[in-house]
Amino acid sequence: MLRFLTRRLVTILVTMLAVSLLVFIATELIPGDVARVVLGREASQASVDALRHQLRLDEPLAPRYLHWLGGFVTGDWGRSYTLGVDVRPLVVERLLNSATLALLSFVLLVPVALTLGLAAGLREGRLTDRILSVTGLSLAAVPEFVTGVVLLVIFSVRLHWLPSSAQAPPGAGPLTRIQHLLLPALCLVLLCTGYVARHVRASTVAVLASPFIRAMRVRGLSETRLVRGHVLRNSLVPATGALAVQLQFLLAGLVTVELLFGYQGIGDLLLSSATSKDVPALQASAIVLGAVGMGIYVIADLVYALLDPRVRVGRARA
Amino acid sequence: MTSAEVDSAATRPPREEAAASGAPHRARDQARARDGSLAPRGLVRRPSFVVGVCLLVGWVVVAVFWPWLAPADPMAQNPSLRLLGPSGGHLFGTDQFGRDVLSRVMAGARPVLEVAPLATALAVAAGSLLGLVCGMRRGLVDEIVMRVVDMFAVFPSLVAAVVVVALAGRSTTTLVLVIATFSTPMVTRSVRAAALVEREKPYVEAARLRGEPFWSLLWREVLPNVSGTVLVEATSGLGNAIFAASTLSFLGLGQAPGSPEWGASVADNRVFLQQCWWTVLFPALAVGSLVVGIALIADNLREQATRR
Amino acid sequence: MSGPREREPAGSNRAAGDPAVDGTAGAAGTGGTAGTGGLIVEGLTVSYPSSAGPAVALHGVSLRIRPGETYGLVGESGCGKSTLAAALAGVLPGGGGIDAGRIALDGVDVRALSAREHRRWRASAFAMVHQGTSSSLDPTIRVGAQVAEVCRLAGLSRAQARSRAVELLGAVRLPEPATLARRWPHELSGGQQQRVGIAAALAGSPRLLVLDEPTTGLDPAVEREILDLIQALRRQIDAAVLLISHDLALVARTCERVGVLYAGRLVEQGAAADLLTSPRHPYTAALVAAVPRVGVSRRERRMPALPGQPPAPTDRPAGCAFADRCALADEVCRTSEPPLAPTGPTGSSAGSADLPEGVADLSDGHTVRCHHSIRVDLPRFQEQVNEVAAEPARPGLLTVRGLSRSYGRTPVLTGIDLDIAHGEVLGLVGESGSGKTTLARAVVGLGPHGPGEIRLDGRPLPVALSRRRADDRRRVQMVFQDPDTTLNPRHTVGMVLRRALATLRGEGTVADLAGRVQLGPRLLPMRTPSLSGGQKQRVAIGRAFAGDPRLVVCDEPVSALDVSVQAAVLELLATARDAHGVSYLFVSHDLAVVGYLADRVAVLYRGRIVEVGPATAVLLGPHHPYTHALTTPVDPVPPGRAGQPGRPGQVRRGSTAATGCGYAESCPRRIDGLCDFVDPPLLPLGGGVTTAVHSVRCHLDAADLPVFPPPAGPAVAAAAEDEKPEKENV
Repeated sequence: MLRFLTRRLVTILVTMLAVSLLVFIATELIPGDVARVVLGREASQASVDALRHQLRLDEPLAPRYLHWLGGFVTGDWGRSYTLGVDVRPLVVERLLNSATLALLSFVLLVPVALTLGLAAGLREGRLTDRILSVTGLSLAAVPEFVTGVVLLVIFSVRLHWLPSSAQAPPGAGPLTRIQHLLLPALCLVLLCTGYVARHVRASTVAVLASPFIRAMRVRGLSETRLVRGHVLRNSLVPATGALAVQLQFLLAGLVTVELLFGYQGIGDLLLSSATSKDVPALQASAIVLGAVGMGIYVIADLVYALLDPRVRVGRARA
Repeated sequence: MTSAEVDSAATRPPREEAAASGAPHRARDQARARDGSLAPRGLVRRPSFVVGVCLLVGWVVVAVFWPWLAPADPMAQNPSLRLLGPSGGHLFGTDQFGRDVLSRVMAGARPVLEVAPLATALAVAAGSLLGLVCGMRRGLVDEIVMRVVDMFAVFPSLVAAVVVVALAGRSTTTLVLVIATFSTPMVTRSVRAAALVEREKPYVEAARLRGEPFWSLLWREVLPNVSGTVLVEATSGLGNAIFAASTLSFLGLGQAPGSPEWGASVADNRVFLQQCWWTVLFPALAVGSLVVGIALIADNLREQATRR
Repeated sequence: MSGPREREPAGSNRAAGDPAVDGTAGAAGTGGTAGTGGLIVEGLTVSYPSSAGPAVALHGVSLRIRPGETYGLVGESGCGKSTLAAALAGVLPGGGGIDAGRIALDGVDVRALSAREHRRWRASAFAMVHQGTSSSLDPTIRVGAQVAEVCRLAGLSRAQARSRAVELLGAVRLPEPATLARRWPHELSGGQQQRVGIAAALAGSPRLLVLDEPTTGLDPAVEREILDLIQALRRQIDAAVLLISHDLALVARTCERVGVLYAGRLVEQGAAADLLTSPRHPYTAALVAAVPRVGVSRRERRMPALPGQPPAPTDRPAGCAFADRCALADEVCRTSEPPLAPTGPTGSSAGSADLPEGVADLSDGHTVRCHHSIRVDLPRFQEQVNEVAAEPARPGLLTVRGLSRSYGRTPVLTGIDLDIAHGEVLGLVGESGSGKTTLARAVVGLGPHGPGEIRLDGRPLPVALSRRRADDRRRVQMVFQDPDTTLNPRHTVGMVLRRALATLRGEGTVADLAGRVQLGPRLLPMRTPSLSGGQKQRVAIGRAFAGDPRLVVCDEPVSALDVSVQAAVLELLATARDAHGVSYLFVSHDLAVVGYLADRVAVLYRGRIVEVGPATAVLLGPHHPYTHALTTPVDPVPPGRAGQPGRPGQVRRGSTAATGCGYAESCPRRIDGLCDFVDPPLLPLGGGVTTAVHSVRCHLDAADLPVFPPPAGPAVAAAAEDEKPEKENV
């Protein structure tokens, strides 16, 4: 287990380095000059050159990269080209915003997805199962902006129940904030529920068909006892893997959802800095988002190990 | 066990183990399914598969023949007909330039169904080849490829795609290449896993014993037995590619604004949502129906493939 | 019926008793339960829905098991054995249902119970031990808690259940039950898991215990321990025991009475010794004749082939179900199904008195479902041996010296020396984990690489298959174990054979090659998944013989096959050997199978060869104590020692001590202070001829080495007599 974790962490570190390097090289290949993009078309060549020098754009790639890397590791994430503020507090603020949205989605997602998955799995092949399965499958396949638009049209435009913007007015109380976040969160939940529920369903069906459940039924355990004592545990443990995958989806979905609902989150920062070629902000937000995404896998592995004795105790027999 | 392994273990619902001697007819049914695992006979009876095929075929027909099918020119602006709601004249209404939304939705099918299949084909071809070679050869090449695949797997791909497209500039070629690149690792992983299972089977070992050349081993022995996996990957990959292409367009990183492409249409008209929801809803539903159709097909194919 | 719950306290006491208590305690309970006691099954018919109409898996099966009696049910796969078990348990899979018939246990009509009552009945009166070692345990719950859960169902309190679970684990002879109860299922060996399954089955003090292939997949030594345990326990619990198995010898050793199922019908039933020594049904006779015996080679007895396959369950013939495969069948057989009738003077009719008139099916005597049972004669099936001139083997085809292999840091094979002469069959035996498959694969160039020398005809063979010359590859071929994966499921039989001929540069046509392995041209265009197991192995053998090989490595080629098919494939291998003068390295865990085909036998234990020599000499002895443990059906170790760490079945890879004999800790004849510390040399017994030296790796003197008891009569009968339980007086 320890060896496995180390390997995971090394993969993550290497990936981070690769991503930062990729962004650096890509900025080099951008059609057009970053300084020119930042300053606008009317700026004089002299001021562009001055900015280039200030941004160290006139230096070769390798020292510039190392300089940036050193800064990043020590906490100096640079200044945003377009917003003119320090990147680190900006990223942290945006990350907190996104975390609120993600957390709300996750809190809604887990019980709904697990319940639906179990309900379908325990009724394998019946009408409930078929309806749940096809619905879940469809919702999981549809891009966030599609579900988002449908939700907006129904709940905001036609019914006027919920606000169309996720950004609550400044100084709003927690309830108002949640009200604003409800539609985007629902949008993310709908996307992920189908996938997680399908996994739970599949593992429930597998557990129910496994010989040990048959053996226990033969021993005279009641169905309730069978489900509570044996099926639940065995079918929910594999769901941690599915949840991890979905958290990643959720993370990526933030970009779309934050744009659609006008929310000041990290995804929005990533997108706006990418389109405005704001390299420091882009670097930082991409790496932070990536790190969170990869961290989720490590946590999922740990949770899985905690829940499954076979992994926890180690493989006793080959 | 990695999350990815957990993941793949859970996606494969193990079939009910019939009591070996109790239900011999089952064995025969299974044998039949194995024999023609991709034969459509069983699939045609499944309503969700038929619905999926109808949706996909419908959109393909629209994408090819929209110039003849569309009621109006999707690009023709008509200031006198701005922001009309759905009605008999304009089934889906008109947008802020007075363009017919129905015609735009129909025309929007083409860019989607150009980019996504192309990207998927590239990804499936590259991924299958890599997966087969890695699975059969193992060794250093496999190790390197799989580490790279791991990197792709743990990093949120949309985040990476946003960065790459934003920096590399927007074009159809970029879109195809980016989507293909980010889909390849998934195909590689699945095909490699399937190839690893086959590789250990005696029929492959027997082929090695009698000295089949490596490529003959791949094409004659292993490929036919992982073709189910490849087909499932191709279908679900197509759905993901449409997902990615339209999302990138929605984010302003795919098709140019003003294009009738669905994601771009939604993005262009997003600000008018409160005034004219139909300009946003119908392109969104178009994307939805296409991806749902493909997902239904992929799901049935997967079911069929795991049944053996 | 006064409700099964009331019987529990007494039952608990019985099962909790000292494991050392022998059969005398149980016999007392049997006398009083004449009449309706035990299990009575009458006219049970079970079918499954299928696309081709209802598939009848059981057709009018009637049988009776008295309390304390063990009834063996034998038959090949697909005959309906497991369906009967599932029907008794009330959990038929796949939408199957009981169409007709009665199941009664101690007078309770089980089919009349409501779902809830049936569940209670299962918890209190019924128990089942399933096939497969780990399959009956929840992987996420500690084993003690799982047994305790069943005790709770029987009405014990939480604390009582916990201590009772530990008692039960002790009763099934698990070491240190209190500690073991805290372990997870995956930390236990296969044999230990099966013991836990038995403990869970006993928790409710059942009146009917169904054992569904309880030892399939276990090593012979572990199998023997489990059977010993079952023997001891059934005397204590005084329940009706139904043992379902495909293994005739096992059933003969363990059961008082035996029933033979064929195509869902009971075709013959009677006392174990009687039925297996003088079978009256042609199918039983064929089965008995097809069982290979330890120490009996093909030179002394050829095995008969049973042609054809059982009829499909959707398509039951009008007459006798066996008619199509029967040499005695005539018009009567094809039109009218014979009744299950007493065999006449040979069968005793004891016990049928307390049953209603005319229910011959339930009689305790020898009954058979055949029109021509008088004409059935066991010796008829034991064909005369066609003398094969034993040409002197020319040494030097394959030479293996100092071969070692390991998986990671775990050694699997250490310092293997082997020789195979031209035209010789070398049998390689050992339990699972002994390294026999690794050795076989190393010879053909598969598996992990490692030190050691392999020479073919004196020329060294590279370790890796990819570095071997095409000509060498052609000359060394392999037949694999699992018929389902040995052929490419996407290819037809013709494609498989054509490809083999092309790559191995074989001569002749595909049809010739198919003919050589007795495959009709009709099969050539068929895709391989639609073949039967035996046909698949024939194709695999044909493929191996395509390029005229000199050495064919057979890795358990018949272990996945039914006994009648096994006999046919063994015959084919024997014929092919004689026709082509090819050598075999024949790997099997089954000594009887190896002994049938092999000229010489090597015994592998924990990656070392502990004995090698002429087949009969090795199998009959004097031989290595480990070989003795493998060949002897009765466990020579007193029951008290069973289940202790280091028993032969509990191979722990990697624990091989650097010094001393690998078998020392399990050996009943260990010489303390010597075997633990000094690795014994492989020494020849007596002064042998150069080609057939018999060598044993043991410190014991040749005169002290154990000997296999000489076989008397057919092996199964001998086994039945060996362990005839003390029930004759009942």
